[in-house]
Amino acid sequence: MITYSGTPQLPSDDKRWKVVEATARRHGREPHALIETLHTVQEYFGYLDDTALKFVAATLRLPLSLVYGAATFYHFFTLKPKGKHTCVVCTGTACYIKGAPALLSAIEKKFGVKPGETTPDNELSVLTARCLGSCGLAPVAVVDGAVLGKVSPEATVARIEKGIGHDR
Amino acid sequence: MTVEELRNIAETEREEQRKYEKHVCVCIAAGCLSSGSDLLKAELEKEVDAAGLKDKVKVKGVGCMGLCSAGPLVSVEPEGKMHGNIAPEQAKGIVASLGAGEGPNPCPSDVPFFERQKKIVLENSGKIDPERIEDYIAHDGYFALVQAISEMTPADVVREITRSGLRGRGGAGFPTGLKWSTVAKTGEQKKYVICNADEGDPGAFMDRAVLESDPHRVIEGMAIAAYAVGAQKGYIYVRAEYPLAVKHLKTAIRQAERLGVLGNSICGSSFSFQIDIRLGAGAFVCGEETALIASIEGKRGTPRPRPPYPAEAGLWGCPTLINNVETFANIAPIVRNGAEWFAAIGTEKSKGTKVFALAGRVNNTGLIEVPMGVTLREIVQEIGGGIPGGKKYKAVQTGGPSGGCIPEEYLDLPVDYESLKKIGSIMGSGGMIVMDETSCMVDVAKYFMEFCKSESCGKCIPCRAGTEQMHSILTRITEGEGTENDLEVLRELCDLLRNTSLCGLGQSAPSPVATTMQYFGDEYQAHIEGRCAAGVCQIAKQEQEVEA
Repeated sequence: MITYSGTPQLPSDDKRWKVVEATARRHGREPHALIETLHTVQEYFGYLDDTALKFVAATLRLPLSLVYGAATFYHFFTLKPKGKHTCVVCTGTACYIKGAPALLSAIEKKFGVKPGETTPDNELSVLTARCLGSCGLAPVAVVDGAVLGKVSPEATVARIEKGIGHDR
Repeated sequence: MTVEELRNIAETEREEQRKYEKHVCVCIAAGCLSSGSDLLKAELEKEVDAAGLKDKVKVKGVGCMGLCSAGPLVSVEPEGKMHGNIAPEQAKGIVASLGAGEGPNPCPSDVPFFERQKKIVLENSGKIDPERIEDYIAHDGYFALVQAISEMTPADVVREITRSGLRGRGGAGFPTGLKWSTVAKTGEQKKYVICNADEGDPGAFMDRAVLESDPHRVIEGMAIAAYAVGAQKGYIYVRAEYPLAVKHLKTAIRQAERLGVLGNSICGSSFSFQIDIRLGAGAFVCGEETALIASIEGKRGTPRPRPPYPAEAGLWGCPTLINNVETFANIAPIVRNGAEWFAAIGTEKSKGTKVFALAGRVNNTGLIEVPMGVTLREIVQEIGGGIPGGKKYKAVQTGGPSGGCIPEEYLDLPVDYESLKKIGSIMGSGGMIVMDETSCMVDVAKYFMEFCKSESCGKCIPCRAGTEQMHSILTRITEGEGTENDLEVLRELCDLLRNTSLCGLGQSAPSPVATTMQYFGDEYQAHIEGRCAAGVCQIAKQEQEVEA
C-alpha cells in the first residue's frame, strides 16, 4: 500500500536511492518532476523495476498508474535490465539506406538476438536507436559505448565478439 | 553588465588569443568525437609540448566544422588550413607542418562545399570553444542581448524580428514575429519561453550541432525572446540522446548566470530570466508543441487540440513561446545587424539561411548552411559533391517522416517553404537524405511508415490505426503480395490521415507514401508484378525466378 503523506522510506540502504530522492526534492516533489526523476533512476540503476516505479510514485505522491504510464510511453526508459554488453544499431534514415538492416541481420545470425532482446546467458543486448545524429558516418553502431562509424556487418560482429571475449 | 564591460571582456579574450601565433582547432562535436577526436586533441597537445611550441601554439577544442564525412577534422588558424580523417598518430605530422608544408591529409577549404555556404547560425561553429563564454563574447556574443535590454523596448524587438521576415525553423515556417507578438500581447503576468531541441527526425542533426558548437547563441536568443514577450522563465527541452549537447548547455547556462547575462536583474534592468533544462525521453511526438508542453509538465507526451495555442495557454496554462533551436540561433544576429540585413538574404517569402544535415548517398556528408532559394541541384551536385560510385540519382528526402521524396525532375526547384510544399514535401527541420538507384522507394515509404506507426502516441484513432494499416499494406507490397486494390486503399488512407488526425505527426505521416506513389508510381507497380528493381525487397517470386 502506498501512502501519500510524508516522505516515503528508501527501498534499501543502497546509496543510489538518495540520489533519486534528491532529484525529486530538487523539483519540490511536484508532479512535473516525474520524468526527471525517472531519468535519474535509469541513469543510476540502468533500468526501471517495480521497486523503483513504486518508490518514485510514493516520493512524488503520484498514482502508480501515472508513473507506469509515463515509464512505458517514452522509448528511452527500459523496464528490463540490459545484458553485460550492449550493441546499439542506429536505424536513422541515412543508416537505413546505407546498410543498417544488414548489420542487424548479421548480429541476429551470429548471436541469435533480435533488436530489443538479450541473449539467454545475459551477455549481449541488441538495441536500435531512432537516430544517433551521426548521419555523416552512416551506418553507425555503438558497441559498449564505443561508436563505430561507416561500419561493416563483419566489423560489428567482430567488435562485439571482442568485447564478450575480454570477460572470459 | 554594460556594453563597455562586454567590450572589455572581448578585448581581453582577443588579446589572450593573440599571444599565440597559431591555433590548432580540433572538432570535438559528436560526429568527430565518435571517430576519436578527443584522443587526437590530447595527442596534439602532447606533440605541441614536445616540440617546445607551448607558448606559440594553442590546441583548441571547437564545434562542428561541417564536413562530417572527413572527420576528425583539424583546422590550423589563422591560415584556415584544414586536415581531414586525422588519426591520433598523425598529430606529430600536423605539428611538424605548422611552420611550412602541407602536413597529413590536407582537406582543401576552397571547394564548393565550403564556398557555396552562407553562415549565420553556424558562424561561430568550428571557430569558438563552446565551453568558454569569453570566446563567444569575443565573437560579438551577448552584445545583441545587452543592446536589446538597454536601447530597445520589448515592442521594438518584436517589430525588428517581424520586419526581418524570420520564419520558424522547426519545419512549418510560421512567422516568428507573429508568434512573438501574440505572446507579448497577452495580459498575463506569468509567461514562459521554451526552446524545442527535441530533434527527433531520423537523419537530422542540425540542432545537436548548434547546441554542441555554440550553446550561448541559443541562450542569448532565448533571453532576447523572453525580454520581448515578457517571460521570466525558460526551458530547453533537449533529447536525452544528446549528452554532449546537454553538457555544453549546462556549462553555458552556469557561465551566463555568473556573468549576469542570465538570472535576476539582467544588466541592472528589471528584467529577470532563468533557464532550466528538461530532458526528453525518446518520443518523436514530443516535437509537437502541445505534446512537448505535456512532457515538461511530467506527463505522457500526448498532444491536445489547438486552439488554444500555446501562445495563449501553454505551459501550466500560461502564455508560452515555443521556438526551435535554429530559430533562436538566428535572433542575436538579427538584433545585432538589423532586420534589413537579414531580409536581404533569401527569397521573397523565405528569408535568411537554412541549415541542412546532408547525408545518405552523397560524397560530402555533413552540416551545411545555405541561403534560402538555392536549388536542390546545387546542394546535391556542388556542395554535396554528387553521388559516389557513379550511381544514378533517385531522390532527395526532406522533412523526415513528415516530408517527401523529391525526384530528379524537381532538382532545379529553389529550396524555400512554399516551393517544397507545392510538390508535396516540406522544408522540415533540415534533414536531407540523398538516395540513389540502390534505394527502393517503396521500402523507404515502408521505413517511414514503420517509424510513424511506432511513434504514434495513440491518442487519436486515424493516426493510431491508420499508420498501422498503411504499414501492413506497404509490408505486403514489399513482399510481392500487393494488389491494385492496395494502392487504392493506400491513397484513401493518405487522405484520411491528412485530414482527420489530431496533430502534425498523423497529418503529415502519409507524405512519404503520397510523394513516392506520385513520383515513383512505377516502382509500386513493379512490386505488385513481383519485381524490386533496386533489389532491396525480398520478393519470393523474384527469388524463385533467379533460382530457376
